[in-house]
Amino acid sequence: MKAGAPEALIVKGKRLDGRGLEEFRPMEAEVGVIPQSQGSARFSFGETKALVGVQGPRPMHPKGLQEPTRTILRCYYFMAPFATSERGRPGRSRRSTEISKVIGEALSNVIFLEDYPKTALDVFMEIMQANASTRCAALTAASMALADAGIPMRDLISSISVGKADGKIIVDVAGAEDNFGDVDMAVATVGGGDAFVLLQMDGVITLDEFRTMLELARNGCATVYGRQKEALMKRYSIEEVSEL
Amino acid sequence: MKGDYVRKLILSDVRTDGRTLGDFREITVEKGVIKTAEGSAVVTIGKTEVVAGIKMDAATPYPDTPNEGNLVVDAEFVPFANPDFEPGPPTDVSVELARVVDRAIRECHAIDTEKLVIVPKELVWAVHIDIHTINDDGNLQDAASLAAIAALQDCKIPKYDAEKKQIVKELTAVVSSGKSLPLQDTPVEVTVHKIGAKLFLDPTVEEEEASDAHVTIASTEDGSLCAMQKGGKGSFTTEELMRAAEMSIEKGKGLRGALG
Repeated sequence: MKAGAPEALIVKGKRLDGRGLEEFRPMEAEVGVIPQSQGSARFSFGETKALVGVQGPRPMHPKGLQEPTRTILRCYYFMAPFATSERGRPGRSRRSTEISKVIGEALSNVIFLEDYPKTALDVFMEIMQANASTRCAALTAASMALADAGIPMRDLISSISVGKADGKIIVDVAGAEDNFGDVDMAVATVGGGDAFVLLQMDGVITLDEFRTMLELARNGCATVYGRQKEALMKRYSIEEVSEL
Repeated sequence: MKGDYVRKLILSDVRTDGRTLGDFREITVEKGVIKTAEGSAVVTIGKTEVVAGIKMDAATPYPDTPNEGNLVVDAEFVPFANPDFEPGPPTDVSVELARVVDRAIRECHAIDTEKLVIVPKELVWAVHIDIHTINDDGNLQDAASLAAIAALQDCKIPKYDAEKKQIVKELTAVVSSGKSLPLQDTPVEVTVHKIGAKLFLDPTVEEEEASDAHVTIASTEDGSLCAMQKGGKGSFTTEELMRAAEMSIEKGKGLRGALG
């Protein structure tokens, strides 16, 4: 058993932070937050805050690495050293390398990479404050930042975590549930639909539990998708037409 | 293009080597192949070959698990295994492979790490699994996972001298205590690939290159799932993921059988 585990993660159907089993933390979504990037966004699940900026498409250097038929998507997920209770080591880690890879693969599903040959498209994701589900916040914000940058995409990608704690299936894993829960599963889908582009699961579950978690995750992603669209509409809708 | 040819075949339920979509190539597992390692195994799946070696040392426990041994998994994509591999630091692909192997072993508590304590809160056994690719003809992930488990089964804990506070060593190898690692499950990873709406197992290199998406699913002895990782640009529907999970559990039994 890990040190510091609480006695129970779920008491009378409520989680330690007072949420119900399928209840999200409050979400915040905003685009166009970094003027010097081509596109940017922030997204948060409660205390987990991701900030994403897109640079490019821009010429790929060195030229030897250019692809004649498409842009090269490069994703960089980083956790700021101050984002956790214990200071993290800055820069790449094995964990951030893996997360950057799976996020890049998920985004590749929707971006029309062939529209920008010989270029690089860089997505920089920073976790400014972490309380679990950081890859979900990063990927959700990344797809909004790409939309903000005007990159042609089939649709947005929305991500959420589901898990299992004290034998119960939960949505939007946070806090002690991450450290001491039984299962953590990060999932992302395209446009709130039934196309999973990211799936990572740690922990032991049965086939039946897997089905329940996938269905909850799919619905959860659809909710996130709504928030993403709202944020983009807010930034780009024309509220009033000025008189000439 | 060869990729298009492979795609077309898969879409009509045929493979270049005549297998059905759910077939694995021939699997061999040989344990105890490295005398200097505490545990080792070589696994072949068709022409794909990987070696896993385990070294153990006495180490400080991690602060959040003061009374448990440590597990560390690394993978080395040796460039002789594939002309596309380059020497140098680990790549995102090799880091992911090692982390996914690690996840299956860790999450189902395959090793009873609480039995790997030498001095509570001070000294524990660290189990280092190093996976080396020898030849990559596709499906390194499943081969690596199987090799890691086989090496764990082969592993003998070194003799520890409590007075001198060190492992007892001879000229070329450590002295074994004769005790096996405390194992309590046998997780096995099976990666399910997808082309169009077809799901298939154990791809060759050509099939891997043509694949749209894949998901690695680890299952335990009792048929539970203990780790998953989706990869590739494509996507899976809920029903496809359920079918992939069932395929992994079923084929996992066969792979477990190959461990002897």
